Amino acid sequence: MRASLPHRALFGLAAAALLLFLLFPVYWAVVTSLKSGSALFAVDYLPPRPVWGNYVAVFAEQAFGRNIVNSVIVASTTVAVALALGLFAAYALSRVTFRGRRLLLYCILGVSMFPQIAVLTGMFELINRLGLYDRPLGLSLSYLIFTLPFTVWVLTAFMRELPVELEDAARVDGAGPFTVVVRIFLPLMGPALATSGLLAFIVAWNEFLFALTFTLTNRGRTVPVAIALISGASEHELPWGRIMAASVIVTLPLVILALACQRRIVAGLTAGSVRG
Amino acid sequence: MVAGPPRAAGLQGQAHRVRAAWLFLLPTLAVLAAVAGWPLLRTVALGFTDARLSDLGAARWVGLDDFAIVLSDPDWWRSVGNTLVFTSVSVSLELVLGMAIALVLDARFAGRGALRAAVLIPWAVPTVVSAQLWRWMYNDTFGVVNDLLTRLGLIDRPIAWLADDRTALAAVIATDVWKATPFMSLLLLAGLQTIPRELYESASVDGAGGLRRFVAITLPLLRPAIAVALIFRTLDALRVFDLIYVMTSNARSTATMSVYARQQLIDFQDAGVGSAACFLIFLVIGLVSVGYIAVLRPGFAAGGR
Repeated sequence: MRASLPHRALFGLAAAALLLFLLFPVYWAVVTSLKSGSALFAVDYLPPRPVWGNYVAVFAEQAFGRNIVNSVIVASTTVAVALALGLFAAYALSRVTFRGRRLLLYCILGVSMFPQIAVLTGMFELINRLGLYDRPLGLSLSYLIFTLPFTVWVLTAFMRELPVELEDAARVDGAGPFTVVVRIFLPLMGPALATSGLLAFIVAWNEFLFALTFTLTNRGRTVPVAIALISGASEHELPWGRIMAASVIVTLPLVILALACQRRIVAGLTAGSVRG
Repeated sequence: MVAGPPRAAGLQGQAHRVRAAWLFLLPTLAVLAAVAGWPLLRTVALGFTDARLSDLGAARWVGLDDFAIVLSDPDWWRSVGNTLVFTSVSVSLELVLGMAIALVLDARFAGRGALRAAVLIPWAVPTVVSAQLWRWMYNDTFGVVNDLLTRLGLIDRPIAWLADDRTALAAVIATDVWKATPFMSLLLLAGLQTIPRELYESASVDGAGGLRRFVAITLPLLRPAIAVALIFRTLDALRVFDLIYVMTSNARSTATMSVYARQQLIDFQDAGVGSAACFLIFLVIGLVSVGYIAVLRPGFAAGGR
């Protein structure tokens, strides 16, 4: 290393400060979730005696288990549908040349960018008419507005990179486009499907505006709504220990997932946005 | 493809492929028409009626009345102002900080892997969770922010960060910066990694210092990545709802356009005025995106191919 000692010390200091800034809030959530009673109201930077009561209370005193099940149902169904439709749409948009393709691509990109609030009344009406108000299925359907354009866009970007020769052999054998997609592209698209599915799942898991507006009770409420609406006797008596315990429960899997699939996520984020 | 000379078979094959392509696109286009196109049209249409949310069927045409109500409401203009301040301040801070973090992550040092992983953590925390988390840290009596600042001697009595009109918006912006800067830095880092190292080495040989290398090499080559990151973050910030709603509910000092529209629509059950506000937001965001893409187009078009 040619860099001078003070230079390196300064760099190390900056990196340490950055690490503290990134991690402290999450650390603080964990510490708070392990406190109860009066310990909550003392600012101790290390938990005095960890207690697990808040984690028990989240499930015993409210329907958090139901909220988690709802979130899993909503996110997995919407992602499954988006991937299935997106795979075929992406094949058409990346491998076949036809008039209006570019326009279609930009339209799909436009849908993925436009604000959810712009459709709020119409979506409310649609979900009501279909009898899906306060039901997880209503959220799965409405979430297609962002999961579908996103998966189409990312899968198109990935599919473009595959060599042209791939299809030639199959076409000589007389395979139709459907067979080509299922037999040739599907096996090769594993990583791309995993990446776009993972990212779409995270966005659906975290969605709040639709989830808040199109549900009323725990029959349809997902995790973000439940966490936002945990309340105590009054505004000044919020059960912070329990809020933080619920927060840790839903964040931990995401953090583990993010760390385990670090490379994939970064690749997907850049593919999804550099091309979109 | 049994008969005919090869050329004709090729043309026929192409026509066949195009037909298949449209068939493959049909389900996606139908779903998007149902969950995006139709609700958008209905929202716009209801913005010209006196509809109540409880009985959308009984709507009567009232022309531009709803738009007049929104545009003459000081709360609407306050929310537009809040949104613009929120967006411009948070996105600029995220760009500057994100760039600094990206440069740190691009350098070679022990522990770089750990730091790159740590950057993903605020990104992975759901927005509602980060809103609750910071709300607790900002708590006036038991919050860690006041405790830290008091210990450091920066304040002499606790501040009610989210309840005080003068600090609420800044407090919310700080939370957004914590949550969104990592995303920005990952996009910029991906851009940085495409810049050939030899460029820096030859510039060093020519005697260019760190700052000069950054201005002459890094910034111009990073332009497309910066453009894309800016467009994404700006569009995201303009429609912000969850962070604001969870941290400060419908408080006037922080309410953004989305919070205003949802309050009209759901809390006041006024589907006419609410829909008019939704459509105005759509127009504002549409205009900003068109303007942005026009200014930053070179990088954007290249990325979109």
